[in-house]
Amino acid sequence: MPQFDPAVFAPQLFWLALTFIVLYVLMAKLVLPRIASVLDERQQRIDANLDRAAHLKAEANVAVSAYERALTSSRYRAQDMIKETTERLIAESERRNRELAARLAEQIKAGEARIGAARQAALSHVREIAAEVSAVAAANLTGEVPDPAVVEAAIAAAVDGHGEQSR
Amino acid sequence: MINPIEQFELRPLVALSVGGTDISFTNSALMMVAAAVISTVFLTLSVRARALVPGRWQSMAELFYEFVANMLRDNVGSEGRQYFPFIFTLFMVVLFGNLLGILPIPVLGFTYTAQIIVTFALAAVVFVGVTIIGFVRHGLHFLRLFFPKGAPPAMGIVLVPIEILSYFMRPISLSVRLFANMTAGHIILQIMGGFVVTLGALYFVPGLFPFAFLSALLVLEVGVALLQAYVFVVLSCIYLNDAIHLH
Repeated sequence: MPQFDPAVFAPQLFWLALTFIVLYVLMAKLVLPRIASVLDERQQRIDANLDRAAHLKAEANVAVSAYERALTSSRYRAQDMIKETTERLIAESERRNRELAARLAEQIKAGEARIGAARQAALSHVREIAAEVSAVAAANLTGEVPDPAVVEAAIAAAVDGHGEQSR
Repeated sequence: MINPIEQFELRPLVALSVGGTDISFTNSALMMVAAAVISTVFLTLSVRARALVPGRWQSMAELFYEFVANMLRDNVGSEGRQYFPFIFTLFMVVLFGNLLGILPIPVLGFTYTAQIIVTFALAAVVFVGVTIIGFVRHGLHFLRLFFPKGAPPAMGIVLVPIEILSYFMRPISLSVRLFANMTAGHIILQIMGGFVVTLGALYFVPGLFPFAFLSALLVLEVGVALLQAYVFVVLSCIYLNDAIHLH
């Protein structure tokens, strides 16, 4: 085999060493750092984007929770306001009802008193009228004027007896 | 019919000599230079765009980079980072040596990885380098490598010579594996090609059979070229790991 001929060793060793060293220097100083920087750049870009996405998500979460807190607190406030207003209105209407009822009761009482007085007055006049009417009627029937005391006694007896019967 | 081992003969293109030593520029040297130029140009031009989303060429260059970087990280760990340019160069030299050798370039075509002196030189660099790294990192403690951890001390009489022998066989097995694979593959390709020519010249249709076989062999040889480059480098990584972590 020609590979085992020592004559082929030296020239190949020389050129192998030369090309290997040159290629090593090119790779180490030029090619590999460049590829590494491209890969690094991409990795950094991806990481940065992921970071930003996480950051934005956190911000969104904060905003959502703030919004929900605001919503909840305003809901509570609205309920408080509704309750307060309702209580105030109920109290108001009760107060008015009470006032109205009191005034009405007063008016009713005054009216009743007036009615009672009028009735009393009317009743006190009834006997006199009855006596006068009876005296006039008796005078027209008999031609003589009856004694007013007799008439009054007779009316009193009739009214009292009638009143007892009717009760 | 062409002699199947004629393809391994060195052809001086420019005769050079320094102090009586022959350093002629040969077809072998031409392929070495071609491998260096192609890998440099390919890896430089492809990432020139520095695209965020890589194109075809750029992803190929990145694939090479990450393939070797991952191999080194998996086998050696983060301490291997400083040896990455060397391992990468080694991979490129072996891979392009294998692949350029398969190309049917007339007259100048040559497979320098089918030369025992080339593969042995590469293996020797790895062997000597790894041994130096081991002694620099661990001093005489590095010699513990020759005594498997946990073995009974009495077994040392048997184990230590075996371990030493296997350690010194490393450059030989590493270089002979690559050399033998490439040599055998190229001899078979040459013989099969000879069949195609002689048989096809006489009878066209029967000549197609060795041609089909040759095509299949060529595909196999591409696989062998890739695989042997990988094996050479992964074994170098494993040896490096032994020197750094003392298994």
